[in-house]
Amino acid sequence: MPNMSLKKHEMPSQAPEVRNKNFKEVALGYTAETAVEEAQRCLNCKNKPCIGGCPVKIHIPDFIAKVAAGEFEAAYQIIQQTSSLPAVCGRVCPQETQCEQKCVRGIKGEPVAIGRLERFVADWHNANSCDLPVKAEPNGHKVAVVGSGPAGLTCAGDLAKRGYEVTVFEALHLAGGVLVYGIPEFRLPKSIVQKEIDNLKALGVKVETNMVIGRVLSVDELMDEYGFEAVFIGSGAGLPRFMNIPGENLKSVYSANEFLTRVNLMKAYKDDSRTPVLHAKKVAVVGGGNVAMDAARCAKRLGAEEVYIVYRRGENELPARAEEVEHAKEEGIVFRLLTNPTAILEGENGMVRGMTCVEMELGEPDASGRRRPVEKAGSEFTIECDCVIMAIGTSPNPLIKNTTKGLETQKWGGIIADEHGLTSRKGVYAGGDAVTGAATVILAMGAGKTAAEAIDEYIRSEN
Amino acid sequence: MYKIIKKQELNPTVTLMEVDAPFVAKKAEPGQFIILRVDEEGERIPLTVADFDRKKGTVTIIFQIVGGTTERLNHLKEGEYIHDFVGPLGEPSHVEGLKKVAVVGGGVGCAIAYPVAKKLHELGAEVHSVVGFRTKDLVILERQFRAVSDVYKLMSDDGSAGEKGLVTDALKALIEAGNVYDEVIAIGPVVMMKFVSLLTKQYNIKTTVSMNPIMIDGTGMCGCCRLTVAGKTKFACVDGPDFDGHEVDYDEIMKRASTYKEFEKREREEACNLFKKEVK
Repeated sequence: MPNMSLKKHEMPSQAPEVRNKNFKEVALGYTAETAVEEAQRCLNCKNKPCIGGCPVKIHIPDFIAKVAAGEFEAAYQIIQQTSSLPAVCGRVCPQETQCEQKCVRGIKGEPVAIGRLERFVADWHNANSCDLPVKAEPNGHKVAVVGSGPAGLTCAGDLAKRGYEVTVFEALHLAGGVLVYGIPEFRLPKSIVQKEIDNLKALGVKVETNMVIGRVLSVDELMDEYGFEAVFIGSGAGLPRFMNIPGENLKSVYSANEFLTRVNLMKAYKDDSRTPVLHAKKVAVVGGGNVAMDAARCAKRLGAEEVYIVYRRGENELPARAEEVEHAKEEGIVFRLLTNPTAILEGENGMVRGMTCVEMELGEPDASGRRRPVEKAGSEFTIECDCVIMAIGTSPNPLIKNTTKGLETQKWGGIIADEHGLTSRKGVYAGGDAVTGAATVILAMGAGKTAAEAIDEYIRSEN
Repeated sequence: MYKIIKKQELNPTVTLMEVDAPFVAKKAEPGQFIILRVDEEGERIPLTVADFDRKKGTVTIIFQIVGGTTERLNHLKEGEYIHDFVGPLGEPSHVEGLKKVAVVGGGVGCAIAYPVAKKLHELGAEVHSVVGFRTKDLVILERQFRAVSDVYKLMSDDGSAGEKGLVTDALKALIEAGNVYDEVIAIGPVVMMKFVSLLTKQYNIKTTVSMNPIMIDGTGMCGCCRLTVAGKTKFACVDGPDFDGHEVDYDEIMKRASTYKEFEKREREEACNLFKKEVK
């Protein structure tokens, strides 16, 4: 008999006034007991709509049934058939717009907490199982993966499971892409990412760090000189955008990428880190996405007294996940909505002393379907702050486009790929933010997975 | 891990290291840079490629000890390893087709100016090198510069080496003496590049400067190295490091470069045993 409670089990978390002063993980995870009870809420429906909401098609009701039965390792084995990074997805996927949105229990009451269960299962496995994944029988074919973010790692894992010899090339000194430089420790501990990467290495995936493809080796060289039969480009969307307003190059103005990279990848949140970061008192973060929330919450944890989210549209238009917005508010982040910066003001020594803004109101819907913000005449005012973080989006890095002949891209820089990930170049596939522009971890993983299938088919057909 | 094949002290604050990095050596060109981390906990710092040997698979870097990281780097010995060494990054210097060039180097900037002068010389250009140092003990690469230069002007602030004066004095004299340069390439402290550019602007001589701002990734990801060129924001790591000297906003660069000055000072004191001894 299923558990008919209308509410999902709450996620135990650090209290807001405690966690906004440390970088430890906010959500603490279900206990085995809670997980079993929550799993019993699943109706195990025949048509399994939840699977349709998952970009990597995890067999959701099957793994949940194993959790309900207390067979956690068996549950893990089901998840890992289709997902290379379960501990990551259980934490950062927007389940509310994917699997959980489709859950039948969500029609009347709350859906089954699929994401929390996935996280529980992955953490249980990492804590209790020493079994390394088993290497597949080598099939003698080589594939190169450019970028070690979610798209690249998924593609690499899926190909390795099929017996391919896969080498992942990473530009930074550490593998993980946005999972290590972007998403903060308190939302996704780096030890979890490392564990997932170690699992891939156990599958035989080679990871070459400090290799900027496009500079040190071109895609053509990988194929012509190093014998890779196919290349998957998962180089992400790393190029930060700025607003082009006066004062944007002042000393205490960061791109979110720079601020988060200093804090996360370079560990500037630790007192003994050798990478510096400014510890500002009043920080204005411009933007309303998940990255803006991450930057704001990091700034708070670094000791800022006041942190503002400055966003030109309204609450309903915030692109960030509802849970992230909620967490940010609980931690004391102040939302200055319908507010658009027009200039950043210079104080002493080239530092910021404030930001001039105008009030906005919402007009007719624009091309994105969201109501277009329009400036209110004569509404100019100044927000006092000593640091500004620009979190208004990123675009794909042009390095690979510029060094790969015949690789077609969109005007804004995204690589053009078909629904299987195939680009305009034979044997060259792409997926994730490099194709779509900045999106989510799970969509990138879905693209990596699709491309792995297509690459497998392609190499088989050529041999 | 990247092995240090050779280490040589060029002067008390400037060190040369030849590093085993075959992939980087294969592609490196004058004007490009690398980013390194000394050890697992290290910060990432950019250093310009001073030389490379494609056959040996080595890349030479020359650095001045200014902060904690360069201090720690200088502690490493021949045969030891640098943890991370990534490159080549940035766009190579464009020197093809130039017939007569003045290469201006200031201080440790000469380490970056030298490979450019060498390449120009190899391409058959007439090279006039104007190099400046504070004092005699800090002079580096004199023999190397002389070997690739048709004219070599050594300047020092105190007159202890070459002539007393600034590089701009020597450059002005060369121009006034009737030398017509296709281009002036200036590499050194930002303030030097600023004044070289102001001078050459008067004579309408195309001038290229090489920027070395604070960086993290070096691939265009962080935007930390941004500067204003002709009113537009550029990233030194991917759009540069070479820029039109007459269009760069030098004052903004100098301000941005000072962002972590206090931190740097503390870091170096922590990394340097001499400082530690003084404290104890």
